[in-house]
Amino acid sequence: MSRFLSVTLSGLAGGMIYAAVALSLVLIWRATRVLNFAQGAMAMFTTYLAYYVLDHDGSYWLAFAVALLSGLLLGAFVERVLVRPVESGPHLNAVVVTLGIFIFLQGLAGLLFGGRFRSFPTTFSNKNYNVGDVSTLSPFEIFVISSVGLVAVLLFALFQYTDVGLRMRAAAFEGEIARMLGVRVGQMLTLGWALAAVAGSLAGILVAPSVFLHPNNMDGVFVFGFTAAVIGGLDSPVGAIIGGLGIGVLLSYVASYAGGDLQTLAALGVLVFILMVKPSGLFSSTATRRV
Amino acid sequence: MPDAGGMSLEVKDLVTSYGAIKALRGVSLNVPAGSITAVLGANGAGKSSLLRTLSGLVRPRSGSVLLDGKEIAGRAPEDVVQMGMSHVPEGRGVIAELTVDDNLRLGGLWRKDKADRGRALEEAYALFPPLDQRRKRLAMTLSGGERQMLALGRALVARPRVLLLDEPSLGLAPRITSQIMALVRRLCDETGLTVLLVEQNARSALSVADHGVVLNLGTVVASDDPAKLAADDNLRHAYLGF
Repeated sequence: MSRFLSVTLSGLAGGMIYAAVALSLVLIWRATRVLNFAQGAMAMFTTYLAYYVLDHDGSYWLAFAVALLSGLLLGAFVERVLVRPVESGPHLNAVVVTLGIFIFLQGLAGLLFGGRFRSFPTTFSNKNYNVGDVSTLSPFEIFVISSVGLVAVLLFALFQYTDVGLRMRAAAFEGEIARMLGVRVGQMLTLGWALAAVAGSLAGILVAPSVFLHPNNMDGVFVFGFTAAVIGGLDSPVGAIIGGLGIGVLLSYVASYAGGDLQTLAALGVLVFILMVKPSGLFSSTATRRV
Repeated sequence: MPDAGGMSLEVKDLVTSYGAIKALRGVSLNVPAGSITAVLGANGAGKSSLLRTLSGLVRPRSGSVLLDGKEIAGRAPEDVVQMGMSHVPEGRGVIAELTVDDNLRLGGLWRKDKADRGRALEEAYALFPPLDQRRKRLAMTLSGGERQMLALGRALVARPRVLLLDEPSLGLAPRITSQIMALVRRLCDETGLTVLLVEQNARSALSVADHGVVLNLGTVVASDDPAKLAADDNLRHAYLGF
């Protein structure tokens, strides 16, 4: 029982990282109906920038800020410069562009930083607190949960309670009507991608200590985050968080009771099951899906 | 509610096409400040294309649109609304996933004067009591008439000086249609708002308009006093359907 509890808790901590990736995918999907396959690579790249700061004697917090800020800029740049020109064309065009960005960023990271696996430090300890005989969470896992939670709450508040958030929602739901009401929809879409990329970059820097830093290190995380987003329904931020936590806990059970090799297979199984049983996802508000 | 008085709208030789299909083939019309002009015609006559071109959703091939004497042809819709011309689209165009209050607030969000935004919002609620009772409800739960009120109220929150109304009677009960027409007339009389009203329901539109224009296949085929248009049997049979 104590093992089950600690496996569940560490699954929740890992799930928060998938939740952040899923959240970034959902925000972009809602705003522009594009699946951003470059999200993992973008997060990997900003994590390398954070590593560069750390490597040059910057503090962890400076590196943390660099990761999020560069994510913001990279997200805005990708939407405005690379995705915007193909956004009005056939749906597949934007998908191909994001795949291109994915390959480009992996290549660029390899050129700039090399293909070695690097360990990524944290300021927090990885040693779990014990409550009775149950090994619970480590300070780092608590930091993961609280920082992703904080970002999710801030994003929710921004969307739900501010004028900019209202404009962004209007632009995402009905772009043409929003324009007729004076909303600068293009700016809102850029902002949406930028904020989404911040959530992605957060996932990148949080997952780096456990998967090491490498140009391909986010691939698996992206797949699990994508699975979480589909489970949640792709257009529901709440669904993304719950889907992320669900995937995290499931993978944690699979890893400790069945073996780590089966994790990807389990994620695939869940994905296929959800797509068969409820193709629109658990929390989707829309009936149809254009994937 | 619009408090600055209306602006005149002058359209000259406006041509719009979707690919090879010409929707407007040189439309000219003149809406004096503070008056209502009804644009009538059958399906596909180019009525909605005219409004979509005026508000900037579609770029014209050629021609000129003067708002208070200022050229606005080809400007983006988000600029046109900020210059004082609001468009209430066909099919009521409310954002179904947002609440009534969010929809209404959105209409005035671009305006810098925050205090007056709040005033305009409350004026809209006073004008449409059913909306006031449903502030926190999602727009998708509203009836057709309520959606039309919401779309109209949302345009008014911007304190427009020219209002483009696309088929406000579409799918509404006759009683509600006449209420909405009467409201448009009142706004025009009390505040000097300029209105370009597109309608298939020619009879009810002509009953409130100061001037009528009949479109067919993208051109103006008649432009006259509403009473004269309604009395012209040939015109009525050929284009107006009553």
